[in-house]
Amino acid sequence: MNMLAEGRPTKQEADLIMPEQNAVTTHTGNRALMVDEPLIFEIGSPDRSGVDLPESPQVESRLGGLEREAPIAIPGLSEGEMVRHYTRLSRQNYAIDVGLFPLGSCTMKHNPRLNEKMARLKGFADIHPLQPVESVQGALELIHELAEWLKLLTGMPAVAMSPKAGAHGELCGILAIRSALEARGDAREVILVPESAHGTNPATAAFAGYKVEDIPANKDGRVDLEALKARLGPDVAGVMITNPNTCGLFEPDMKAISDAVHAAGGLVYCDGANFNAIVGRVRPGDLGVDAMHINLHKTFSTPHGGGGPGSGPVVFSEALAPFAPLPIVEETDDGHFRLVEEETADEHHSNSFGRMVAFHGQMGMFTRALTYMLSHGADGLKQVSEDAVLNANYILRSLETVLDAPFAKSGPCMHEALFSDKGFANDLSTLDLAKGMIDEGYHPMTMYFPLVVHGAMLVEPTETESKAAIDQFIGAFRSVAERAKAGDETLKSAPHFAPRRRLDETQAARKPILVWTEDEDFAQAAE
Amino acid sequence: MSRYYTDEHEWVDVEGDTATVGITDYAQEQLGDIVFVEVPDVGTELGQGDDAAVVESVKAASDVYAAVSGEVIEVNEMLEDEPGLVNSSAEEDGWFFRLTLADKDELDDLMDEKAYKAFVDGL
Repeated sequence: MNMLAEGRPTKQEADLIMPEQNAVTTHTGNRALMVDEPLIFEIGSPDRSGVDLPESPQVESRLGGLEREAPIAIPGLSEGEMVRHYTRLSRQNYAIDVGLFPLGSCTMKHNPRLNEKMARLKGFADIHPLQPVESVQGALELIHELAEWLKLLTGMPAVAMSPKAGAHGELCGILAIRSALEARGDAREVILVPESAHGTNPATAAFAGYKVEDIPANKDGRVDLEALKARLGPDVAGVMITNPNTCGLFEPDMKAISDAVHAAGGLVYCDGANFNAIVGRVRPGDLGVDAMHINLHKTFSTPHGGGGPGSGPVVFSEALAPFAPLPIVEETDDGHFRLVEEETADEHHSNSFGRMVAFHGQMGMFTRALTYMLSHGADGLKQVSEDAVLNANYILRSLETVLDAPFAKSGPCMHEALFSDKGFANDLSTLDLAKGMIDEGYHPMTMYFPLVVHGAMLVEPTETESKAAIDQFIGAFRSVAERAKAGDETLKSAPHFAPRRRLDETQAARKPILVWTEDEDFAQAAE
Repeated sequence: MSRYYTDEHEWVDVEGDTATVGITDYAQEQLGDIVFVEVPDVGTELGQGDDAAVVESVKAASDVYAAVSGEVIEVNEMLEDEPGLVNSSAEEDGWFFRLTLADKDELDDLMDEKAYKAFVDGL
């Protein structure tokens, strides 16, 4: 037993007393500070309210008999009741501020508090998108400076700041590719997507009206270059590649892929969701990429996953820059900043394919991302990617003796480590292991993705975890993995200690209950 | 009636000029509980290997390909309300769609039951 050396001691199996076997119960059903919270509709009462409103005046109905007959069924709560309700629910939640969040491909890194302070500065927080441009010069300068950083880090000459998140950025990039091809009178039909790409890539291409074709992965978990080359032709508009890919591997043939696609008249979209692994080390522009989105909410530490909106600026090559969407922030000769919008685009941006959003993008996230960049500096950002890769490799090498790591021999991984369910006994699955991790106090890793690996578990620790925190995680992961390999039956009914036991995911998907009605037996549905 | 299989885990029953397509029992077992099935519209012209339907389980969403080309003439409307039919009866009641065979030679590309079983055993 070497558990102490690996971090937090977890309970011996003999001590795994299940709550249902525990004779001690409470009058309320609550467990100490963990309160079993009812639905808000079940707490409320129509005669309660958080505010005192005057009696509504009696007016003659002009609704022609369409008046509501029954009272409107919204919950009535006092302010205190409402605050408690949501605070109690939030205590049952798992968040990056609670613990390590190993969700692969999501880059759940720490959100620095300095970012929050800057985003709350009045000059950034209390402005309106329709304010006169002269009155928001500071905000425009911030957007412009962030754009310059993104261009510098990616080695690409243009950037569209407005897309609201990763998949929105993908759509922006593919629409630019479509516009560029149509502008040269060469509209094409097919987008190639390797198996190791993010699941949103084929969805984006299909949404943009392209036919999607898969390119197989080779045995190392990377794009099969020869298969890709063989498929290229005059009908192929472009390729969407995730690099580093979803197997957690860098695509070393990226330049050769880009060259081959360009030679066949196509364009290259790179999914930059995994930029965290290479920022400061690799410039996608040098690899022949024509468009790439950057998840500010991953690589540049702005909150996400319920904590804040995403933001997905897209960088463009010379070939696509003229087609980038509006608006664009430009610095004028006298050091001021202006917005290029529809009214002013004719001068030198007449090829823009249009607009992705009504206004200028996620200002709050721009402020946080630039704060993160400036507080790290160029050298610090390079270390971000180095530490992210080091942490993931530490997990890969610490666990490859217990878990099957299908691409462990393909060399070092990037920012995420991939494992399979090979060797689990007694029909135990990746899902069971994930539920076991909840009992250990962790949000589970990404599971069943990528699809190229059976029962995949994709772990991304990010650079913001300490060695001690990662050792604790490894200790817990190893313990649950060993139970899965030993065929431990108790894993099949995990989680045992979460506020809710195993939910019926099948029924929840097949027959979801989306509307509250007084008659529903919610206690039963929730279990 | 003869039954054919693809290496993408679809089965095809051929009766005269009509082919009935579904996913194999092995496929449903790998996917886990099916929660949603999207079948093609009647009248859709499918080429061999085209995306024809979508099957979504608690684990993943997967495309179902047209094992042979032809025009869709009937779809299994039961699947809309009861996607679980694919789990309980993948190779009978859980069929996806029927099409008129455009080119019988395409059947030569497919496997028979014995070959498919050997293929699955090798996975």
